[in-house]
Amino acid sequence: MRRSVVLVLGVMLSMLILAGPAFACGGLIGPNGAVNLLRTTTFVGYHDGVEHYVTAFQFAGGGGKFGSLTPLPGVPSNVEKGGSWTLQRLIRETQPIKAFAIPAPAQRDSASGRVEVLLETKIDALDITVLRGGGAAVGEWATAHGFRLPADAPEVLDFYAERSPIFLAAAFDADAAAARGQNIGDGTPVHITIPTANPWVPLRILALGKQANDPVTADVYLLTDRKPAILPLARGANGLTLAYDRTASALLLDDLRSDAGMGWVPATGWLSQLRIDANASTMTYDLAIDAQGHSPSRVAAGLEAPGSFDPTPVAITMLAAAMAAIILVAIRERRRTVLA
Amino acid sequence: MKPVLALLLLLALAAVAGACAPAAPRAVEITIHYSHYSMGEIDVPAGVPITFTIRNDDPIDHEWMIGDLAMHQLHRAGTEAVHASRPDELTIPALSTRTTTLTFPVAMTLQYMCHLPGHEVYGMVGVLVAK
Repeated sequence: MRRSVVLVLGVMLSMLILAGPAFACGGLIGPNGAVNLLRTTTFVGYHDGVEHYVTAFQFAGGGGKFGSLTPLPGVPSNVEKGGSWTLQRLIRETQPIKAFAIPAPAQRDSASGRVEVLLETKIDALDITVLRGGGAAVGEWATAHGFRLPADAPEVLDFYAERSPIFLAAAFDADAAAARGQNIGDGTPVHITIPTANPWVPLRILALGKQANDPVTADVYLLTDRKPAILPLARGANGLTLAYDRTASALLLDDLRSDAGMGWVPATGWLSQLRIDANASTMTYDLAIDAQGHSPSRVAAGLEAPGSFDPTPVAITMLAAAMAAIILVAIRERRRTVLA
Repeated sequence: MKPVLALLLLLALAAVAGACAPAAPRAVEITIHYSHYSMGEIDVPAGVPITFTIRNDDPIDHEWMIGDLAMHQLHRAGTEAVHASRPDELTIPALSTRTTTLTFPVAMTLQYMCHLPGHEVYGMVGVLVAK
């Protein structure tokens, strides 16, 4: 059972910040083995055109620094410390504790001028910066600020920057966390508020820096006003499973609403839990969501490149109307021909 | 001396002079993009200086280390942060270009790769054949 699981920095890319001298020549990433990224849990709520993205760092012990970059679908209007129990409450809602279960233990040639720093803040031992820029520029900024980007980072950063050039960089100082008295297993929840047309959750970035056969595991809790449509479809074989999909209970919504910063939670809603259990090589997509339940963007899901035909619900409706009009005109013309 | 004979003599002298002059360096340009070398295999002549220009288009540092299997095995376990003192071991910082000139005295096959963590596995490997 995964109770107080976890909460590593959410759907994000795990990159190590230099804790000491750079390791060339085949040295290992993660000197001291200081950081263990466990299963990621993220909550994405969408209401009134605003995405609320809640995730958390877990302090896994050891020293040094590590960090993450999270692609965002838009410019956040606020980044603040998340509530105290939102993620834990969601886990409990979808995986009720069994009566007799025994609790498990908690487990240079610079071109960087093109990066725009939109927001800087500090939450506990996290230094958070919101950036706007292309993949190369953000990568160079991250490198200059001590992030140690893995080999696949250039391609992955470009992949996201082509869709949304907004990134949230979080640097976590484990020594500072220890000095603050944080214990192993403690998480620092972060709540990011993002006005956007539709919620979107980056998943591909979870595979960053991993070998092809490395496991990627995560839970994404999704709260929307009605049953959403998602892409890719949760088939299981693609590593994505819809583990929970029903109307959110009033008790859950009341509990969530009573947590810090969660006053926006509506009176009714639909709760989905998506489990990601995949190999890094299959983690090539993101989670695109249409909160109205129609057709999520294939581009946002990473299934098509930006600029390719990506029919929105409005475009599909217009296309269908145009085809219907053409058919009607054709029928009418044929009738005229027959009558003549 | 007849003009034809003089011309032939001149051509012969020019040919001998050309043969004695040092060979002009050959140039090889390699681009690094998305942590891959643009050339997976390079054929060069043995005994001739070859100038390699390696351009790193990525926002992260890379290496271009060329040598035999024993050399690479050594570097896989190495801890040098930067390579700058040897012409066959280059560190190419993010978004920059480095140049080096090497001569391969005899026919040989070498590998070049990046030994930064995870880069070799990701595919930053190539083969150079000197003939």
